[in-house]
Amino acid sequence: MAQPAETVQGSKPKSGSAWWVEPYLTVLALGLFGVYSLWLVFFQHTGQFHNYLSPFFSPTESWGIKVLPALWVLWVPLLFRATCYYYRKEIYRGFFHDPMACGIPESRRKFYFGETRFPFIWTNLHRWFWYLALIVLIFLWIDAIKAFIFPNGFGVGLGSIIMLVNVLLLTAYSFTCHAFRHLIGGGSQKFSCADGSPTTRYKLWNKVSYWNERHGLFAWVSMFSVWFTDVYIRLLIYGVIHPVRFF
Amino acid sequence: MPEEITLSVFRGDRSGGQEQEYKIPATTGMVVLDALHYIQAHDAPDLAVRWNCKAAHCGSCSAEINGSGKLLCKTRVDDYVGEVIHVRPMHTFPVIKDLVTDVSWNYEKLRQIPAFQPAAKAPFTLQQRDVDRIQEFRDCIECFLCQNVCHVLREHNAKDAYWGPRMMIRIAELEMHPFDTGDRIDLLKGAAGVGYCNITKCCTVVCPQGINITDNGIIPLKERVADKYFDPLGGLVRKMHK
Amino acid sequence: MSDNMESHAYDILVIGSGGAGLRAAIAAAEAGATVAVLGKSLLGKAHTVMAEGGVAASLGNLDPADGWETHFYDTMRSGHFINNYKTVEVFAKEAPERVLELEYWGAVFDRTPEGKIMQRPFGAHTFRRLCHVGDRTGKELIRTLEQKIFTVNVDVFQEITATKLFTDNGRVAGAIAYYREDGHFALFSAKAVVIATGGWGKSYKVTSNSWESTGDGAALAFEAGAELIDMEMVQFHPTGMVWPPGVRGVLVTEGVRGEGGLLRNSEGERFMEKYDPQRMELSSRDVVSRSIYKEVQAGRGTPHGGAWLDITHRGPAYIKRKLPGMYEQFMALADVDITKTKFEVGPTIHYTMGGLKVDPLSCATNVPGLFAAGECAAGLHGANRLGGNSLSDILVFGKRAGDGAVEFVKGHEGTPKIDDSEVQAEIDRVLRPFSSENGENPYALHEQLQEIMATHAGISRTGPDLEQGLQKLLELKERARNMAVPGSRVFNPGWHTVQDVHNMITLCEAIIRGAIERKESRGAQWRLDHPDELEEYGKINFVHKLEDGEVKTYTSPVPEMPAELKELFNLGAAPGIAKSGKKE
Repeated sequence: MAQPAETVQGSKPKSGSAWWVEPYLTVLALGLFGVYSLWLVFFQHTGQFHNYLSPFFSPTESWGIKVLPALWVLWVPLLFRATCYYYRKEIYRGFFHDPMACGIPESRRKFYFGETRFPFIWTNLHRWFWYLALIVLIFLWIDAIKAFIFPNGFGVGLGSIIMLVNVLLLTAYSFTCHAFRHLIGGGSQKFSCADGSPTTRYKLWNKVSYWNERHGLFAWVSMFSVWFTDVYIRLLIYGVIHPVRFF
Repeated sequence: MPEEITLSVFRGDRSGGQEQEYKIPATTGMVVLDALHYIQAHDAPDLAVRWNCKAAHCGSCSAEINGSGKLLCKTRVDDYVGEVIHVRPMHTFPVIKDLVTDVSWNYEKLRQIPAFQPAAKAPFTLQQRDVDRIQEFRDCIECFLCQNVCHVLREHNAKDAYWGPRMMIRIAELEMHPFDTGDRIDLLKGAAGVGYCNITKCCTVVCPQGINITDNGIIPLKERVADKYFDPLGGLVRKMHK
Repeated sequence: MSDNMESHAYDILVIGSGGAGLRAAIAAAEAGATVAVLGKSLLGKAHTVMAEGGVAASLGNLDPADGWETHFYDTMRSGHFINNYKTVEVFAKEAPERVLELEYWGAVFDRTPEGKIMQRPFGAHTFRRLCHVGDRTGKELIRTLEQKIFTVNVDVFQEITATKLFTDNGRVAGAIAYYREDGHFALFSAKAVVIATGGWGKSYKVTSNSWESTGDGAALAFEAGAELIDMEMVQFHPTGMVWPPGVRGVLVTEGVRGEGGLLRNSEGERFMEKYDPQRMELSSRDVVSRSIYKEVQAGRGTPHGGAWLDITHRGPAYIKRKLPGMYEQFMALADVDITKTKFEVGPTIHYTMGGLKVDPLSCATNVPGLFAAGECAAGLHGANRLGGNSLSDILVFGKRAGDGAVEFVKGHEGTPKIDDSEVQAEIDRVLRPFSSENGENPYALHEQLQEIMATHAGISRTGPDLEQGLQKLLELKERARNMAVPGSRVFNPGWHTVQDVHNMITLCEAIIRGAIERKESRGAQWRLDHPDELEEYGKINFVHKLEDGEVKTYTSPVPEMPAELKELFNLGAAPGIAKSGKKE
């Protein structure tokens, strides 16, 4: 179906609307996070400060596999996030301008294959990265618990709280995932038992659906919390600040 | 509200055209379609605009107002105080005349979706919770504003590869119907091209019915495709489950 | 007729792509006939989409005492007994089957806790009877039929306007139509034609009808020799929006009252207590409309001349779930949040009970081979239609018209011929507005027609008023012979309006003539100079025929019910209640 020549230009976006702000902010935030991660990978060797452990360096055990410490697990959450349905939207809009915003003309008009070919066909593997991310999440929970165990027994420091909040946000992000929503119940065709009562899968799906609406929020907040947790611990390592212990 | 408003309306046909300005008196609660009717009755009897119900039920009067896909009957002129209201036809479909576009491609695709294949004779025993998510999709008024804004169709003109959001939620409502026995997963991965959607969500934003096209329709369909083609292990587990 | 004119031949031609037309086409196609459907709009946009409240069928999912007898009883009573009992009987018996068939085709109705189709109460229905999907039932219905029609062998022609029916020795032979897209003509020859073009509410200014409701099919059939009946019966829906001006008349579903909405006047009084203390807000539409009208006349109207409707007591969550369309409609168009505040409503033209006189079983008109179903046909609703009955009407009689047409084709050999000279004359007539000098503006004539009908044949009528209206209408009819439009044949709404105005004027003449003759008040017909319902008029229908270009009005006796049906009205209560001894 041919395009009519006179509307190829399309409508002009509403004057004064700042449709370009969001994609640029996305690029800025994800870009900075990416640069920071690379800096960790190549220039940092540890995330450990006593009983605190940066999420970038967990788990510390590598079972003999020799890679850069931060790279050992970093690829898992990285690919989990890169294939996340929410981040995909932001990435396509921000980095690929496909599209930058709704109804905004794109510069490239040919060679669009969406997620049907390499590399983006890999986004279909989102659920596998979710499985792997769960393993990492278990280690992060262990780390968070360890953060409350000081040489002299149980205690609470600023770092313990930061690490707990971080792992809570990561848990929220992981369990509001669209793939999880599908696996837990969305994939079933029927939500009621023979007697008319709701199936367990329905109840779970319904709960996840409610929280799934906030998936984008958790995506951002949990990314910044990971970032912040590392920054805090790194500042402790470098002795720039001193640990705060509440009791 | 000002007593006079200015509309700049695309006038033209397949061979070309341009926007033309009309100044008309505004009335309380006036919608853009009212304004166009005023122009028809007073200035341009042959101004072409498709409309039916003027109550946002039928989805006929889709057009682009100041760059956004809208229903003309539901868009108030007082949303644009101090602005010229630019009204243009939908960009993704060929213009017939003025604001009327050729949307026949959508009907071709609707016809190609394998219909409901019931497992039993009606009446069905179905709980409200079983039909809630289908009813969301069946609230669609087929205004095709989602098709219009979808960049795969709009910018890449990939109509031969991807059928667009409207068709996706039509397929979703069938796939999620507890009594449907059809399988449209191969269709989705193949001809209907769900993989072309990159979930940038403009369809959801523009939907005048507020249907959560991406999160509740397309993403679950992508996951169903993943079930079958990208998750052999999960497929095996599901088979044993049945 | 030019040789290169597009032409088609089918067994059955269905004019109208709303619910009745699609249902007829499905029936005919399933019986093996070749079928074409012509629609003025895109598929799925027809006025059916506007039906909100529900489809009435005595499934008895909530009230097991309901059954066809009670549905029959309610419909006859509401129609003030000038309906054709046979039509009503067939209707009440077959409605449940037609609704379940929709579910089998993929319609998804709201559910009861037992998992059955949910049914809601509605004005003057004894039981909870309206199967529904929130407040968008019509959309569900037409979408289901649209999706069904894709699976059967039917050719659908979209955005095409039929302008004339042809006959061959009295038998219908086909129709000519033009594509709205570019104005080119197409000839459709057919062995039988089904008219399913809906009503003509657009003859009135304040109406809930979409632009298509201009009575094309009824006018075409009338001009081809078919009879019209009960034309004076034009229904006011009690609750249309009244403010702002642009949306005046837009429907506020009866579902609002079905879900518990209360009507109040400017003094806060629930005025329905005065007019129908038993059924209150859920009285029949004619009664509620008149009550609101009387309140406004007595100076107890709202600021913009209506009544208050209040549903706030049901709470925001419930309202948004059961009446999402209404919530959205008032928010977007009137800046009113109906979950928080009462809103203004007033009577609006909603439905034309009258129409083509048809056989109750086959839907055949008096013109051989010509059938009609849905709002353009008459006999089911009598003097007043019950809410929800129009959707079951189009299903039951859409199917019957399709089947009837197939039977006719089987029983009649040969294909009738269309006269070339008649075709050429029609093309010339339709194209005349492009070459007409000093012609009338069709939009202006339409507005004047609406003005005449509102002033002279509105909710309250008097003899002198009607006579005066008739004179004005006949003058308008003369002027309408010469309409002019600028521009080309490519999607030209001015030109389209020319056809609409012509058709509406034809039908409006019958409305006024019927209203003049019926010197009583019955259902929708409210004569201030004849305020009582008279027994003698309960025995007759007014029938209109076109004879030598003149509209002639006759009477015909209302068919008399057999004893066993009459008995249903002597039980002291609605049959379902009398038999079960309890209500709801």
